[in-house]
Amino acid sequence: MIEIEHLLIGVALIGGLCGGYLIARSRLPGRRSDRPEAIHQILLPFTGTEVSRRALDAALRLARAENATLMPAYLAQVPKSLPLECAIPNEATRAMPMLEAIEQRATAQGVAVDARIERGRSYRHALERLLEHETFDRVVVPASASGATGFSGDDLVWLLQKAPAEVLILRPGPEDRRVVSASGPGANGNGKTSARSR
Amino acid sequence: MNRGHYKIFLGMAAGVGKTYRMLQEGQTEAEAGRDVVIGYLEPHKREETSAQARGLEVVPRHHVQIRDVTVEEMDLVGLLDRDPDLALIDELAHTNPPGLAHQKRYEDIADVLGAGIDVFSTVNVQHLESLNDQVAELTGVRVRETVPDSVLGAADEVVLIDLTPEALIARLRAGKIYPGENIDAALNNFFRIENLAALREVSLRQVAEDVESKRLTFSQGESLGTREEGQLSADTPKAVGERLLALVRPQPSSQRLVRRAWRSAQRLGTDLDLLWVKPPGKPIEGEEERQVTALRQLASVLGATLLIEEHDDLVAAVARLVRERGSTYIMVGESEPPRGLARLREPLPQRLMRATPPGVDVRIVAHRGSKEAGQ
Repeated sequence: MIEIEHLLIGVALIGGLCGGYLIARSRLPGRRSDRPEAIHQILLPFTGTEVSRRALDAALRLARAENATLMPAYLAQVPKSLPLECAIPNEATRAMPMLEAIEQRATAQGVAVDARIERGRSYRHALERLLEHETFDRVVVPASASGATGFSGDDLVWLLQKAPAEVLILRPGPEDRRVVSASGPGANGNGKTSARSR
Repeated sequence: MNRGHYKIFLGMAAGVGKTYRMLQEGQTEAEAGRDVVIGYLEPHKREETSAQARGLEVVPRHHVQIRDVTVEEMDLVGLLDRDPDLALIDELAHTNPPGLAHQKRYEDIADVLGAGIDVFSTVNVQHLESLNDQVAELTGVRVRETVPDSVLGAADEVVLIDLTPEALIARLRAGKIYPGENIDAALNNFFRIENLAALREVSLRQVAEDVESKRLTFSQGESLGTREEGQLSADTPKAVGERLLALVRPQPSSQRLVRRAWRSAQRLGTDLDLLWVKPPGKPIEGEEERQVTALRQLASVLGATLLIEEHDDLVAAVARLVRERGSTYIMVGESEPPRGLARLREPLPQRLMRATPPGVDVRIVAHRGSKEAGQ
């Protein structure tokens, strides 16, 4: 009788250990069962020191709904006098607070971010290079001809023809005058965001 | 035959007084009884410079016919035949016209030094190959005539001719650098205060690094002293220049760490290395490969160096790299909370501090998610 009791205790212990191991294993990073099969990426290209608030909000909404990763991409122009692959610290100085600001907003909404800085002779060339070596399911761009936050009509037509993904062009609207930019301490590195109207 | 002694006068821009100082020191050497000649001088029609050259023997120039134009160049053969104790040769970055012995003047200088003749020469910082892109981006002006950094490294002495941007602009306005008709153009283009301030910083840093590398080479080459003393000299903290090492992994969260590290590097005015210690034998493929490419791209944009080390002991690999690269700061991302037996292990920052040379700081960059959660 005592032996059967010991046996049962032994079986229960082994069962408990196995269960514990399986639970721990399932919690290890990269082994989550709820991880998406394919990587979903939403590209948000931008230039200058501001990004359209409308475009960012739309990209974040989509990314959250689809459990996708947001890929904000700062497009940098490299003058012809410099090699295309050269270091561009001045451009990086402009890009960093923006990427930090976007990441802060995305994280607050539970969206994963995988940022890029892409170089090109023009913004379109930088975008072309990005399309060549990155994969994404959607591109979100604001249709603003202001120059600071958007792309020209020609750029958008080109993007529609070239992008191997769904392109979401946001119609210019009153709220399009709101932008997200790095400001105050964020501009020099603390990543504070601000939304403002112009 | 012993190689001649090589002294370079380095400046941030034209007009700081490199040639003047070279001639001044040449005069002092001549007064001390040495046989000094001017191998090549470019006075740029500056009266003060021409005055400083008076009394020094000039080796006649070599005339080269290019189509309908005759240009005057340094006569290398004439200078070697003259065989002085010391030759003053201006503008070492100059490109020779076709038909001469060498393409570049610094190659002529190498021959002169090889003949046992001491050389004083001059160069501006933007001619240095490794700084050419940086200077072009800072100033918007690209210099075509470049020289390898090894030329500066090979010099026995590098003398920085320093001048504040304000003083240089005052010299320019006074017509001491360019003739009157060119002054406005110069002020509107290259000679802007922000350009000159940036160039001055680059020059000062360049000379500081040169001094430091010579100091370290000297201390490593010391054969005197005990083994402990030798060890002490190798471990001596650098007198000038910090170097930052950021430990990354091929995953998007590392980008924040890289951004932080880069900003710190910018503030310290130092170089940044990114290190991923990769488990041995594991191929880089799939998403990991994509992330490594992204990190490489980011490093290239920032002018940082991405290092990938295969090692099964992270701390040992980092400690070796820190010694090799002379890192003074290590930046690490916040680790995941330890689980199970890992809780008994000493945290990574502490292990790093124990394994690296004294004086190396370790900084932890908080994970964005945990920071947000804590607010």
